[in-house]
Amino acid sequence: MSRTLQAPVTVAFDYTRSTGPVVGRFLTGLRDGIVVGGRTSTGQVVVPPLEFDPVTHEATTEFVEVSSVGTVTSWTWVPEPVKHQPFDRPFAFALVTLDGADVPLLHALDVSSPAEVSTGMRVRVRWAAERVGHINDILCFEPLAPGEAAATAPAAASDEAVEGVITTVSLDYDYAASPEESLFYRGLNEGRIMGQRCPTCQKVYVPPRSACPADGTPTAEEVELSQTGTITTFCIVNVPFLGQKITPPYVSAYVLLDGADIAVLHLILGVPADEVRMGMRVKAVWKPEDEWAYSLENIDHFAPTGDPDADFDTYKQHL
Amino acid sequence: MGKQPAAIIGVGQTHHRAQRKDVSMAGLCREAIDRALLDANLTLDDIDAIVVGKAPDLFEGVMMPELFLAEALGAAGKPLLRVHTAGSVGGSTAIVASSLVQAGVHKRVLTVAYEKQSESNAMWALSVPLPFNMPVHAGAGGYFAPHVRSYIRRSQAPTHIGAIVAAKDRNNALKNPYAHLHNEGTTVESVLASQMLWDPIRYDETCPSSDGACALVIVDEDTAKSSPNPAWIHGTVMRSEATTAAERDQVNPQAGRDAAAALWKQAGITNPLEEIDCAEIYVPFSWFEPMWIENLGFTAEGDGWKLTESGETAIGGKLPINMSGGVLSSNPIGASGMLRFGEAALQVRGAAGEHQVDGARRALGHAYGGGAQFFAMWVVGSEKPTN
Repeated sequence: MSRTLQAPVTVAFDYTRSTGPVVGRFLTGLRDGIVVGGRTSTGQVVVPPLEFDPVTHEATTEFVEVSSVGTVTSWTWVPEPVKHQPFDRPFAFALVTLDGADVPLLHALDVSSPAEVSTGMRVRVRWAAERVGHINDILCFEPLAPGEAAATAPAAASDEAVEGVITTVSLDYDYAASPEESLFYRGLNEGRIMGQRCPTCQKVYVPPRSACPADGTPTAEEVELSQTGTITTFCIVNVPFLGQKITPPYVSAYVLLDGADIAVLHLILGVPADEVRMGMRVKAVWKPEDEWAYSLENIDHFAPTGDPDADFDTYKQHL
Repeated sequence: MGKQPAAIIGVGQTHHRAQRKDVSMAGLCREAIDRALLDANLTLDDIDAIVVGKAPDLFEGVMMPELFLAEALGAAGKPLLRVHTAGSVGGSTAIVASSLVQAGVHKRVLTVAYEKQSESNAMWALSVPLPFNMPVHAGAGGYFAPHVRSYIRRSQAPTHIGAIVAAKDRNNALKNPYAHLHNEGTTVESVLASQMLWDPIRYDETCPSSDGACALVIVDEDTAKSSPNPAWIHGTVMRSEATTAAERDQVNPQAGRDAAAALWKQAGITNPLEEIDCAEIYVPFSWFEPMWIENLGFTAEGDGWKLTESGETAIGGKLPINMSGGVLSSNPIGASGMLRFGEAALQVRGAAGEHQVDGARRALGHAYGGGAQFFAMWVVGSEKPTN
């Protein structure tokens, strides 16, 4: 058995970017099938336009239409494309200086082998059929044979200025619990709550840390904790939000298990939310054993024991 | 050799809004920077180094935004540093910038902090469920609400104190043209009538989600001579602590108490309530005003709410707090700390406009971040420090 537990976790969000007037002008151009550059104070035409001039630092205000045909100034071969790249077959990334521009633009070049790419070769934009105001409105560059003209872009569906783009970010992680956390989660899979005692300050931590947060001492001594404890403090979550796993309203409480020196955050059920109190005595209510996994979610919630509340003085140092 | 004197001669900020769709991140930063440089009567060419701060990258989904922002910030050919201490970052970024001047490394440092919350969702970003764990997290409000409850229990404060703070700050914001919220007619009663979000925190007791930026120009003694009203730095302190230590005081954190004690000592202040004329402190949830009043040592522990209840934290009171409207009225997270530091500077420069405290000579700027584990604060004054 592996020393530590691991599990996949994906962090994903569609970010809504404001482009501002300069990048927005460029993207509006792409949506209309036109490549727009910006002129700098030294007279250079840069594609995409710079938001602020590199010399004067002023905002870019002069825009220039450039050709959708240009020259490869440098390139690299991508033999094994990865997810989210422009093609799922081998292709080139190329720096292309469009006619009328002074600085190259980076994009994909659709050729089937590196033998078909060379610095100095002429290429043209291949437009996407449906364009929305995004760099991918340029599908890629493609080789331009002598005598061939620029590709024409089909008409765009909108004529409103582009002010934003949606950027999808999706990150796949392999979450690794520490050996001490793994002890804790394995314990939960057996219906036990495990902590560790710091050999220096004698505080019992649950979940156990690799080292005591107060004094840095590595922790080793395992302690099985009681399934009952005291609510030190809590809040009632009434607000719904994106990604929420529990339907509000719910009580999120710090439960100080008997024998522990730090509270764990958990859910309180079995009592109306407005009757939950600081000092209330509660016990772990487990899910059916066949639903157990290596997770704190094995404890479905904490519920009142019915015992008298703990005296404030017994837990006030945990607030 | 001791520290070199340093002063703030330029303060700039954006108009803070829920969505600033008219500008990119670079444009947002430049709006604040250009105002700060205009205030300082300098240009980007006069600047020796740039220090930028913002809150966690997940908030906009851009890793190391300083890379793509470098040119827009005027950093080409100059040192560019990024600072990162969660919600306190605006404060610690200003402190890092000031330390470059105080150390004699640079003469004119520009610092900027920003957040474009409309590009993402901070509540989501602060509540990403992790494997093996219980998914009860509910953003910053869910994190801090239990500790507010603990404060109320420990101090025996009446339950309307938070509403007093919210009504005061929202009314102060009406005097600040840059503030995000301009909620006319906010009263203690209207705050108490607003929806309970994270009981005991109500909707009107929480900060908004804002797009915005703040920039400061911090310079050495020679450069400061050109300014009619420099704000001199009398002390800067940062402290941090472990978030999850057993028996950690979550209401009155040790790091905040230690930072404040060190700050008052550095600034030669023995009685902060008497010697500080006004304070901008980081209050994202209303109850943090009395909590930080105590943590900063303005009153004894348990007495902070009495200062709030007496009205002494309003403009015209003994210790005006959050004259600008505070975090409760504008919260571009990464910039929120710097806005506190900048407002303190505006006050001692006599440049705070409608929200000016008469005769303010020494002011506190304060920020905290993470699970109240990072603290950053400074004292600025209208006179050059004598120590």
